[in-house]
Amino acid sequence: MAMTFNKTAEHEWELNVCGYTCPHPQMYTKKALQKIGSGDMLTLIFDNPSSGESIQAMCEAEGSDLVDRQEGSGSFVWKIRKA
Amino acid sequence: MNGVATTGMASGGSWLSRKGNLQALGVFLFVVAGSLWALAQDSRFVYMLVYVWFGLAYGMLLQYGRFCMASAVRDLFAVKVPRMAVGMMIAVALYAVVAAIVTLSGFSTFHPNALGWHIVVGAAIFGFGIVFTGGCASGSLYKAVEGNMNSMLVVLAISFSQAIVVSASGWWDALVPQSWVDAAAAQDMPAELSVTKGWFDIFTAGYIWGLKGTTTAEIFGMAESAAGIVWLNTFLTAILPVAVILVALYAFYYRKAYLRRSGKVAPTLRDEFAGIWAMCTASKNTALAGIGLGILAGLHMYVTGALREHYGIFNFGELLVAMGYTNGLSIQDTVFDPGYWYITTQEAQWGGWIMQKLGIDSMDSIFFGLDNGLPNPLLNAPGFMSIGIILGASVMALSRREFKWKAPTWETAFFAIVGGTLMGIGARLAMGCNIGAFFATVTNGDPSGWIFLFGMTLGAFVGVKVFTWWMDWSAARKGGECDL
Repeated sequence: MAMTFNKTAEHEWELNVCGYTCPHPQMYTKKALQKIGSGDMLTLIFDNPSSGESIQAMCEAEGSDLVDRQEGSGSFVWKIRKA
Repeated sequence: MNGVATTGMASGGSWLSRKGNLQALGVFLFVVAGSLWALAQDSRFVYMLVYVWFGLAYGMLLQYGRFCMASAVRDLFAVKVPRMAVGMMIAVALYAVVAAIVTLSGFSTFHPNALGWHIVVGAAIFGFGIVFTGGCASGSLYKAVEGNMNSMLVVLAISFSQAIVVSASGWWDALVPQSWVDAAAAQDMPAELSVTKGWFDIFTAGYIWGLKGTTTAEIFGMAESAAGIVWLNTFLTAILPVAVILVALYAFYYRKAYLRRSGKVAPTLRDEFAGIWAMCTASKNTALAGIGLGILAGLHMYVTGALREHYGIFNFGELLVAMGYTNGLSIQDTVFDPGYWYITTQEAQWGGWIMQKLGIDSMDSIFFGLDNGLPNPLLNAPGFMSIGIILGASVMALSRREFKWKAPTWETAFFAIVGGTLMGIGARLAMGCNIGAFFATVTNGDPSGWIFLFGMTLGAFVGVKVFTWWMDWSAARKGGECDL
């Protein structure tokens, strides 16, 4: 499945990188966070568990908030508010 | 970062009521039953089972800590995250301490790698490849059992590329200089190995055999003394470089954000140490996996060393002969049996064994014919360590409900095959991967591993540049309002 990046509402975005292994998910997330505005919400959907650790560390370093994360059946849905 | 709301998608219930936990338990019981069956056949299979069970533990810890050494160098450049580099350094420090105890007790199975330019070249090719595969050789094993078919392709590519590289001849032979051919011809080797045919044989006999592998203690003539082992091999070769690298990682990748988060404007030395500690414990899973892997890797060496002492052998091949299994042994009656964590060579044997079954014999190569043999995978001890990693990771992935089939796209399959092939070529040139040529070396006083890490870092740096260019180019090609 190809990566998709969509604007779902005002100040809300969705990045779906299911099917991708490292380093795609973390690199696409980095690019998405660079693209959206400060305070915008990014819903990130991925299924490569290893990428989660790097994405979490990246959010921490950049001051973005990981406000919600749902996990199960090998899929992850995280909500990140950009600093 | 504020508090995170974490929600599991599956419902609750008792531990055993979950399908994933039951499946994980099933895998574990399968290993127990298989071990008991093997021991019932011949108690000497305990030697092979040591590899299985250490592999199982490695696999569980690798999956638990998302522990992949590819990420250690790649994510530094790709997303500026030092998480895995820190985890790797923790593992190196712990392994080095346990390895010192093992060496002092006389049970070390370690052999230093030959020191030369081939390490930088091979490691750089390997490091370039890992950016595209999404995992190192061990990482690809555990990701494969998370259902990632790209990682399965990587394991296949690593296995077959190595088997082809070590046995190829013909136009490949033009890759090596005549002086190596002459040096190889001067070696007193059996004619059946045809060491002047096949570029890897010429490389091995004409170049590698002329090099010396050593430990720091040996360089200073203190290989037999406790002071040499502790201060030169452990402290100077492992602990001190680890400390320097951790400080550098903190300074370049963590300090700025840490001081901003903690509100320190004029940090004291105490604050800086607190920052380094925060960096080391930022990902508890990775740190715990690093500690566990470091300790277990050292213990693995101890247990195998003790078993060799018990059976009076230097190599598992001798035990196989004693048990009546003589197929697939090298002409010295040996098989690949490092006695510690190793990955790529047994994968090369898998590839070579399958090729042999398809009628492509490579036992006239030094790599298989003289050194490692091509045993049946059911009798390949380090091969069973890799299978142990697969099973251990599957136990963890199933119990954490992280298994999901992930089919490759044309793009990711291409990256997996090309990247895996480069990893295989690089690993053979450097005489090992990030485990055998780095992790196992620097922790045992062999400084050649740091050269491997330098080469791997260099390759990963270039790989990330190329990968970023590819991502930008494909995004620009697709266009659209929401392109990245």
